[in-house]
Amino acid sequence: MGETIWIGTRKGAFALRPGARGRAYRLSGPQFLGHIIHHIVQDPRDRKVLLMAAKTGHLGPTVFRSTDRGRSWKEATRPPAFRKAGDDEKARAVARVFWLTPGHSSEPGTWYAGTAPAGLFRSVDGGDSWQPVAGFNDHPMNAKWAAGLATPDGEFLHSILVDPRDARHLYLALSIGGVFESVDGGADWAPLNHGIAADFLPDPAVPFGHDPHRVEMHPAQPDRLYQQNHCGIYRIDRPGVTWTRIGTAMPKSVGDIGFPIVLHPRDPDVAWVLPMDGTSVWPRTSVGGKPAVYQTRDAGRSWRRLSRGLPERQAWLTVLRQAMCIDARESPGLYFGTTAGEVWAGANGGASWRRIAQHLPEIYSVTFAR
Amino acid sequence: MRVASPLRSYTGGASSVTAQGGTVAELLADLDRRYPGMRFRMIDEQGAIRPHIRLYAGTREVQGLGESMGAESVLHLICALSGG
Repeated sequence: MGETIWIGTRKGAFALRPGARGRAYRLSGPQFLGHIIHHIVQDPRDRKVLLMAAKTGHLGPTVFRSTDRGRSWKEATRPPAFRKAGDDEKARAVARVFWLTPGHSSEPGTWYAGTAPAGLFRSVDGGDSWQPVAGFNDHPMNAKWAAGLATPDGEFLHSILVDPRDARHLYLALSIGGVFESVDGGADWAPLNHGIAADFLPDPAVPFGHDPHRVEMHPAQPDRLYQQNHCGIYRIDRPGVTWTRIGTAMPKSVGDIGFPIVLHPRDPDVAWVLPMDGTSVWPRTSVGGKPAVYQTRDAGRSWRRLSRGLPERQAWLTVLRQAMCIDARESPGLYFGTTAGEVWAGANGGASWRRIAQHLPEIYSVTFAR
Repeated sequence: MRVASPLRSYTGGASSVTAQGGTVAELLADLDRRYPGMRFRMIDEQGAIRPHIRLYAGTREVQGLGESMGAESVLHLICALSGG
């Protein structure tokens, strides 16, 4: 099937595939029409395999698995679910599977899932059956880390990252809660939020309680993480423990608020963000009605605007945290989907943009598969 | 059991299926044996009926899975909602 841009929407899954010799993208689908699709992720260890996080308005959350590049899907035998609560415990039930991450290359059947309310789950059989990761879900601090300060759409566990050098080294993010790190395969966790602003809290110098919107680890330099946060854009270079706000180099008139952040597949100094209006009542739309992607090529010391081909005015786009991705080409292409059902492609690192789909349902995720 | 349309992907499209049990819990357990995965879409891991699912034993709304079916022979699986 070649390259595919998978689109998860509030009403089903769609796929976009490039036509030959630069012809228009072909849209296929919907699959699972009417289902709420939060994430569709290819397994880089076996590219025939895809996992999809789904629910419907009525029915509970589940995971579907394909072993034929998305032609057919089979439901997980045991979807992510919290353990049965004890008599004196708060009963938690997964409302939605929000995030999927393939495990380490040395663990071919392993996947991680993040849910709302915030839960971490692991599968070791390719996504067919899922178990709670007790080290996080039952951590003595869990009730404080995941305190239920939910976003309007719920409290999410997302941005599960696996260090390509060490299967036991993991990160995850909570909205709201912050970034957490494990060095023992998920048995124990510690906050990693020093340097991150939390303007919305009475005490902004807290160790957790932050609102990371999206965290990414650079695949070629896994000690470098980037974060688009509710309160700015950040970078950290481990083993350092303090995030640096690199969004301060963004134009003041644009600011550094947004949801997604995307990294170059090979160059750890290159990243892209899509700024949203985070002023006053937080419209979360393109700043000034003029959509633009911003790129850094020096690890956040400077940013440049990439808006050629995007609407020049009166375009009030919202792009959610999973709805922007990058392909694997030498000069990579970028893709983002809007809550108004449009998909835009930015060739050559976002140098020029064109709309490749419209009239889709509200887009939750845009992911690249090959 | 009468099956609402969102659940019929599990029953091969059937709107009416048969299961055995004296309580709602037993009926749903048998239903899940016959149609794997169906129960979890209606009942969460803590045993609660999901927010937009309603169960009726005959015309009586079921409040908890431990309830007996009594004299009723039909369990209705209803999907209620779901906005735009």
